[in-house]
Amino acid sequence: MKRSVLLSTLALLVVALGAPLIGSTHISLARALSGVSPDREIFFYARLPRVLLALISGAALSVTGTLFQCMLRDPLAEPYTLGVSSGSSVGAVIAISLGWRLSVLPAILGAAVVLLIVLGMAMEGRRLSSFTLLLTGVTMNSISFAIILFLHSIASFSQSFEISRWLMGQLDAVEYSTLAWMAAPVLVICFLVTLRAPEWNLLAVGEDWATSRGAHASRLTIFGYVAGSILVGLVTALAGPIGFVGLIVPHALRLKLGADHRTLLPCAFLTGAAFLGICDVLSRVAIAPSEIPVGVVTALCGGPFFLWLLRTKRRSLWL
Amino acid sequence: MSFRAASLGFAYGLRDVSFELPERGLIAIAGPNGAGKSTLLGVMAGLRSPYRGSCVYKNVEVSAWKRRDFARRVAFLPQAVKIEFPFTVEEVVMMGRTPYARGWLESSSDHSAVEHALEIADASGFRDRDFRTLSGGERQRVILASALAQEPETLLLDEPTTFLDLKHQLSMYHLLADLAQKLLVVSVTHDLNLALQFSSRILILDQGRLAGEGATAQVLTADCIHQVFGVHAQVHSGPPPFINYEA
Repeated sequence: MKRSVLLSTLALLVVALGAPLIGSTHISLARALSGVSPDREIFFYARLPRVLLALISGAALSVTGTLFQCMLRDPLAEPYTLGVSSGSSVGAVIAISLGWRLSVLPAILGAAVVLLIVLGMAMEGRRLSSFTLLLTGVTMNSISFAIILFLHSIASFSQSFEISRWLMGQLDAVEYSTLAWMAAPVLVICFLVTLRAPEWNLLAVGEDWATSRGAHASRLTIFGYVAGSILVGLVTALAGPIGFVGLIVPHALRLKLGADHRTLLPCAFLTGAAFLGICDVLSRVAIAPSEIPVGVVTALCGGPFFLWLLRTKRRSLWL
Repeated sequence: MSFRAASLGFAYGLRDVSFELPERGLIAIAGPNGAGKSTLLGVMAGLRSPYRGSCVYKNVEVSAWKRRDFARRVAFLPQAVKIEFPFTVEEVVMMGRTPYARGWLESSSDHSAVEHALEIADASGFRDRDFRTLSGGERQRVILASALAQEPETLLLDEPTTFLDLKHQLSMYHLLADLAQKLLVVSVTHDLNLALQFSSRILILDQGRLAGEGATAQVLTADCIHQVFGVHAQVHSGPPPFINYEA
């Protein structure tokens, strides 16, 4: 357990230190640190904030994926299953359609609205069953996508292009202050989620299983949903719906480490960050000076890897 | 006294059920499909609420117990457990220690309790296996071990022998009878012969109501079986006692 956390930390450090140095223009760390132009500007204002955004987003997405898969006891669940990110997409698409310059706040607002609707619809009194949650979330997803399709269909040509790009998931350099506003809640929530690892283990088996071992299944499910939604909402607002990270990182880790969330959640945080960091580098250098949207890279790298994983897993488990 | 139910009801499945159970012994709950057996067990385990009437465990209403305190006294075994993720047998059994956990890491008493539980349930041999690769019989033993790791005073089992072959059915009931020397063991069952052979008392449910309650040999009569199950039977007093059904 300790070794896997150590290795993941190492992987993250390597990516965090290496990624800002790689790009379409060659820069030197020494010159950047001693303030030589343009190395300094490229390092501190173009690459570093973007790499940090990638790391935080990757961490948040794979923690949420691990959490939702466990809560819903559905290996195919991902951060986008429960509707919140499509809510934030609706917010962003509305902002783009109206020609607003800022899509972050509308996106957060959209996520919050969907979160409240899903909770309101799925809760019975103070209870929440994961099954109702799943159905409600998936339905809100469909409704949100219908709204997006409608807005897309009436949008002008340039808006339509912008909407498509947004929906692919894209990492951009952001202000350090924005980054801090996002990183603080992400770190706190990931920490709180990880603290409850023993209880997630119970919930991963079943609600009655958890209840009869002293946990409050309903409260746990509500906490997990709200925590995961805030994580995904923040990521989506800043980077769009980046796919696959939240699906494959948890699975790859479970294959190596087993299902104990005390190991799984810290490693998901660390390797999720590293994975998206690497994907971001690929998206910047693969067809430089042009860029591939990072959502495309995660799916192109992650998809085949996941298929391979499915095949080997099936073989080793006779599933 | 452990459980005391008075005019207990739940939704449409359970109506006006009253009984008292002793501190130890093997108690069977029987009845036709849909009679409310699992519902009753679920209410007693604190899993089905809110219920009507009252269901008291050790002088405190089941719904008023703190979940953690209750889980240290009462363990529940579902009919079958399906796990989607690669938990090992030992991890599944260790989950039974959650009500005792102080923080994140297991204590040495947790490890010895798990060891003991694995041994009693005869599951030590495959402790490192992925739970999903086990056979039905092996799974049942692991689930039992996980419940025993809670070091309970009361064990509630929902049809523990459904997926077991003949030999494992018998060894499961021998084990339960053994445990019942020290614990209260309440087991839902469809097998009246097993109930007659192993349980000291029986609760018979029919359409959500209590149709019979008392010492098993006295309650399980040909009349009662015909009335509740609609099957003609002969009850032989033995020893050992057994029931013959007429086709």
